[in-house]
Amino acid sequence: MTPEEETEFKRRQKSRNLVVGGTLLFFVVLFYAITMVRMGD
Amino acid sequence: MNTAVETTTMPTEWRDFFTLTKPRVMTLVIFTAICGLLAAPGSIHPVLGFTAILAIAMGAGGSAALNQWWEAEIDAGMKRTEDRPLPDGRMRRDDARDFGLFLSGVSVCVMGVAIGWLAAAMLAVAIFYYAVVYTMWLKPRTPQNIVIGGGSGAFPPMIGWIAVTGEVTAMPILLFAIIFMWTPPHFWALALFMKSDYAKVGIPMMPVVAGERSTRRQILAYTVLLAPITIAPWAIGGTSWVYGSVAVVLSALFFALAIPVGTRTRADADAMVQEKLLFKFSIAYLFVLFAALVADRVLAAQGLIGPGILTGMFA
Repeated sequence: MTPEEETEFKRRQKSRNLVVGGTLLFFVVLFYAITMVRMGD
Repeated sequence: MNTAVETTTMPTEWRDFFTLTKPRVMTLVIFTAICGLLAAPGSIHPVLGFTAILAIAMGAGGSAALNQWWEAEIDAGMKRTEDRPLPDGRMRRDDARDFGLFLSGVSVCVMGVAIGWLAAAMLAVAIFYYAVVYTMWLKPRTPQNIVIGGGSGAFPPMIGWIAVTGEVTAMPILLFAIIFMWTPPHFWALALFMKSDYAKVGIPMMPVVAGERSTRRQILAYTVLLAPITIAPWAIGGTSWVYGSVAVVLSALFFALAIPVGTRTRADADAMVQEKLLFKFSIAYLFVLFAALVADRVLAAQGLIGPGILTGMFA
């Protein structure tokens, strides 16, 4: 792997990690909200 | 199998996974699902309503990914689809399959846990219908594939409705039937004026297999079949005159525009004005009809308009 490819590799990996992390965080918040709403039923 | 796909070592861009969910198709899915949700009797907490729509969108995205996993070679052979992540070699084929299965599985579980297992089961059926029954089984085998494919697009408003009510009644089934009958004239009008290369990749599209004359007649036939189904929600008392009058006017317009398309023959260097007009109208038709349904139900819930003729019997 050339240095340029390695930089690109790292960049893609990082952006994917951020998206997956953000999605997980979103679902944590969503499930908290769902739980609160359904406990009130 | 495309060897270029297999040798990719670079991690796929996250945007390509997003592309794989067919975001443009999803906008229509989300719109019709929201309409089903808003038009249903009763109410749903906004958080749960949002979750139901999210689950439907995720199910649509997951089945779209499975569709492209299965059709990677077909997509590679067509101009319109050759730049998709799989045929373009930007993603490993197995990753698309795993992503599709994961998204589909999560969507059904989220729907089941947060909303209810009836809506979740309907969502699972919708995903299976699109990814397996349509994509894998019938699309490559019959020129009626568009009729069958229309069924996949017809699920979202029905699931949105059932997410609120928790039961399958006449109204959500009618919403399903409307989109089901609407899809063939909508798509075949496009197929008449858009030159596609489906024939090249062995997908039996109606204009190629049965010819243009037969396709035109079938457009007219489905338009005629669509009208009573569109008017039915009002006729059975599921809606008031607000939806009813819009449905009658839209049906008459659709029919009026389908007559020239259904009866004429293509001339040399034909501009296909009528076909393009019918296609554009068909999109407006669906948006206006569903908006009218929501307006009708919201107005009725506010007590601003009277109930439908037989309200309570069916809806």
